[in-house]
Amino acid sequence: MDTTTLLPGSVDELQATLAARGYIADRGLAVSMYLALRLKRPLFLEGEAGVGKTEVGKVLAAALDTELIRLQCYEGLDVSHAVYEWNYPRQLLEIRLLKASESLNRADATRHLFTHEFLIRRPLLRAIEGARARPPVLLIDEIDRADEEFEGYLLELLSDFQITIPELGTIRAEEPPVVIITSNRTREVHDALKRRCLYWWIEYPDFDKEYRIVTAKVPAAGARLAAQVTSFVQELRTLDLYKAAGLSETLDWAAALVALNREALDADVVEQTLGILLKNQEDIESVRGTRLPALLARALAHAAARSEPDAGPAPSNTVP
Amino acid sequence: MKDAALLPNLLVFARLVRAAGLRVHAGRMLDCITALEQVGLRRRADVHATLRTLLVHRQEDLARFDEAFELFWKAREAGDGRLPLFSLGERPRLKAAPPSAASVELDDIDAAGAAAARLTAGAYSPADISRTKDFADFTHDEAERAETLLADMAWRLGRRRSRRWSAARTGAIDLRPIVRRNMRHGGELLYLPRRRRVEKPRPLVVLCDVSGSMARYSRMVLQLVRGLARSSGRVESFLFATRLTRVTRQAGSRDLADVVTRLTHVVEDWGGGTRIGETLRAFNTHWARRVMRNGPVVLIVSDGWDRGEPDLVRREMARLRRRCHRVVWVNPLLGSANYEPLTRGLEAARPFVDEFLAANNLDTVEQLAGHLLKD
Repeated sequence: MDTTTLLPGSVDELQATLAARGYIADRGLAVSMYLALRLKRPLFLEGEAGVGKTEVGKVLAAALDTELIRLQCYEGLDVSHAVYEWNYPRQLLEIRLLKASESLNRADATRHLFTHEFLIRRPLLRAIEGARARPPVLLIDEIDRADEEFEGYLLELLSDFQITIPELGTIRAEEPPVVIITSNRTREVHDALKRRCLYWWIEYPDFDKEYRIVTAKVPAAGARLAAQVTSFVQELRTLDLYKAAGLSETLDWAAALVALNREALDADVVEQTLGILLKNQEDIESVRGTRLPALLARALAHAAARSEPDAGPAPSNTVP
Repeated sequence: MKDAALLPNLLVFARLVRAAGLRVHAGRMLDCITALEQVGLRRRADVHATLRTLLVHRQEDLARFDEAFELFWKAREAGDGRLPLFSLGERPRLKAAPPSAASVELDDIDAAGAAAARLTAGAYSPADISRTKDFADFTHDEAERAETLLADMAWRLGRRRSRRWSAARTGAIDLRPIVRRNMRHGGELLYLPRRRRVEKPRPLVVLCDVSGSMARYSRMVLQLVRGLARSSGRVESFLFATRLTRVTRQAGSRDLADVVTRLTHVVEDWGGGTRIGETLRAFNTHWARRVMRNGPVVLIVSDGWDRGEPDLVRREMARLRRRCHRVVWVNPLLGSANYEPLTRGLEAARPFVDEFLAANNLDTVEQLAGHLLKD
């Protein structure tokens, strides 16, 4: 089973593969991803909400043509939801059946009830178990939501990629999965875990990058609207808001404007749709009204200046 | 960069990064070599990203790393083998040093702290100290002993119920072990295991005023912050006068003198004026999402003298109150006879504070510990 052939041969190649799938990664992130694949180390991604951290896992799985296994973290996440669980309703039923058929023998039954047949495999177990053509991508999403105890468990798992189930023995990964861990930094994740990983901080994208992403993901928006949308969001991020708009908000907004058949921004439509960009009442109020005209004027001027050199027709016929 | 020169160059770089205040393990440099072999040395951006993804694992360290890399690359391009390492490396640290006026006051605390550390328990009986005398009226000697006492005080925080389960005698039925535990009864469900939510200490967020009007109490405040930081629960500490500084990492040291030295390096506006509104806004905007998890208790230590807009204080206090379990405001001046509590900022904050407490002497500080224990 030769798994290395599918790995990209260079950072450039990886960047091109990702771009072909609509993910615009800047050089630094691409280098980190490349090293994560080459050195077989987990990649720890941090950044504000909505900058495309989760997307990295998804696009990487698509690019490597392998399975994506996702573990969404939450407070109280424990082994029975992250690793494995015995299917006790089925076990109980099985006991009844054995009894009914009068073939219940304690030693045999115990052996019989704790087999693979009654095992529910959760994401972490699925990621290391079983024969696959290629190792899967394991996406551990929003680890900052899980509690510290879970980090400890993960630290152990990531060091030797094996899981011990008392009744079944130790299961070891033939080939470790590609691990992507994301965090929104709602708390500090322990340094020990981060040190085991490659670390990358994803910034909000700059104008050029965000513009490319908007045109790639919402092609129906057209060049002019895409530039205006991007400029406005970039202006919005310079304000001192509680929660700045992320990239995913930009994309939602662009799609919403397309749905409203808009080809350009004006004060009315911005005001009506501001709730797509800002999810906080204080923020919406502080932007709406007096600040909005100046903000919009700056954004439109910027967009006009940026789109002049290549003011070609918009690729409006493409399907998103 | 020739391959043969890679290792020596990387070692120089490691020293530079360490001088900039980042922790770099020797083993990591070997990883860097392996990684650079994969990525290649032709592009500056690639070398930068490779070293950064391996050596930095905190967002706050990125700027310092980038600065070190800039210096390193420039010296390398100039073909200058003699990198003026020590002078360059010192720069980031000097940048963080406080203005000279403030450091005079801190030297004073520093000396006192060192003395307090030498005077460990045993030399004096705590009972010697008047328990109701105001901290500000303490003689130097009494202050030292009070600090020792404060340092020894066991801070315990209130508890909250977490989402995690553990086996218990009473509580909800736990299905997970039910089959295995009942196999000995031939699969008859005679024994029903139980489980309960685990209780965890409630997190605490401390916001301490170190402005000019609080100067008389700054020792007490530092001692309090350190005592809380060393308690078992999760504690986030911030100091503020005109601006807010997070000191969680610096506050947890065993030695008070050490804490003071480290805080001197990060807090830039000791003894300045107070801007409670702006401070709270900065906290709500930049820190709340990161440190206000799991219903924390927020402890504000301030005399409430505020030069800013009361409206801003009101708005930001309302916001803060919505995100936490309880707000406790500790005011060292509350207990003193000639204190007039009608400062505008404090008035604006009042509706959002669950408890106002004095903490101007040892008795009231002990009461404070009791209040934090409540759920």
